Amino acid sequence: MKHLTEEELIAFREGMTAEKTGIPQHLAGCDECRAELERLDAVLAALDSLPVPDPGEDYGRRVWQQIAPRLPENPARWWQVWMLPRRLAAIGAVSALVIAAFFVGRISTMRSHPGDNAANQQQVRERVLVVAVGQHLGRSEMMLVELSNAEPADPKQKQVNISAEQHRAEDLLEENRLYRQTALQEGDAGLANVLDELERVLLDVAHSPEEVTPAQLEAIRHKIEAQGILFKVRVVSKELEQRQDAVKPSPTQNDSNKRERNKV
Amino acid sequence: MNRMPQSVESTPAIAESDALAVERTLAGERDAFRVLVERHSQTVFRLAYRMTGNRHDAEEVVQEAFLRAYQKLGQFAARANFGTWVYRIAANYAIDRMRQRQKEEARRQNPNTDSEDGMEQDPLSKVQDAAPTPERLTQSLELRAQMERALAALSHAERTAFVMRHWEGCGIEEIAEVLKSNSSAAKNTVFRAVAKLRKALQPFAGARTQAKVMGTES
Repeated sequence: MKHLTEEELIAFREGMTAEKTGIPQHLAGCDECRAELERLDAVLAALDSLPVPDPGEDYGRRVWQQIAPRLPENPARWWQVWMLPRRLAAIGAVSALVIAAFFVGRISTMRSHPGDNAANQQQVRERVLVVAVGQHLGRSEMMLVELSNAEPADPKQKQVNISAEQHRAEDLLEENRLYRQTALQEGDAGLANVLDELERVLLDVAHSPEEVTPAQLEAIRHKIEAQGILFKVRVVSKELEQRQDAVKPSPTQNDSNKRERNKV
Repeated sequence: MNRMPQSVESTPAIAESDALAVERTLAGERDAFRVLVERHSQTVFRLAYRMTGNRHDAEEVVQEAFLRAYQKLGQFAARANFGTWVYRIAANYAIDRMRQRQKEEARRQNPNTDSEDGMEQDPLSKVQDAAPTPERLTQSLELRAQMERALAALSHAERTAFVMRHWEGCGIEEIAEVLKSNSSAAKNTVFRAVAKLRKALQPFAGARTQAKVMGTES
């Protein structure tokens, strides 16, 4: 008879098995495995006897008394979070780009086609944003590739330091949110979707510990690979490059490009 | 086994009342936050104590968790359960605190090298080498010390996973979120933790059972 493994017994004891594993049936007919489970139970029961001190009925009140003087008058609302220095810097950078795009659009339109419609302004504005988003995607790609190739500085070390990638991810995250919102406002759903997916990966990296175990790093890599985010970022970057190269893309070209991205 | 604390699992009435307190706090009533602190402090303390292993650190974790929750309350507004949320904040901070404590301890014990021979010493070996006599095994204080040593010998992730799963009855997804890993890795961390505890404690737990049977243990 094949006996249960230690992992199966632990999973059973800790309620982490699927319902149809057949473990209860095996235990009912196997003295050896049942004895093994009893030994495991004895260890866990001993641990359960470890006391947790009772902090007292008025503990909640004491905690409040200790923290109340340290609480700011009002907790930060969502819009106050946007006023953090890091976010302000990102907002400033993107706002400058949008303003620049607006004026470049106006000047070029007045010079070349004084009476022309708003379509040209729209194109120029889009081109300036395309350059900025292209650079942002390039930086994100570089960070993700470096993270995918991260290794301990010393093979003896059990932890991998990813603090550099983590800090870069935090910066990229702020930019990414603003570019995604801009893309949505511009009606570029494909680009907004890719930026949305990128945002989730950046969020994971930014919220990771500074030092991770190889297993944790593998989990992050797996997430990056599973979502195919590097591939999508590369495809969109390439497409943005092509749009940059095109001197004056027609509105129909733009539309077809957006449609291509939506497919990605 | 699942012993999810009430404030974490949260009944609909408590969740609704928590949501109201959050709303009032965000509207500028700072005292409304007091309700949340008084309601969830005990649960957070129990988790923090089991994770850090000492009262002083546990109390610090509780205070810091509520301070952070207050500061981030604006980001919480759309979430479902304040109890679960503050519980996770506490678990994350407890991990940071344990890491910090370990570094301080290492520096205090040996400012130049990691250990005497320059190699990392396996704390489990200390537990097994210190095998006490059968007489001493009957003393619950000694057993307790062995268990505390065995728990302290787990990695931060293993201790967190074990405490959250075995004692707090948290779901694997929730543990994975705190450990910033996936479900499969979180499950493996629970396995590793239980296997290590078993290896370190089985001789003592077995002896205790035997002592009980023989009526030698009080």
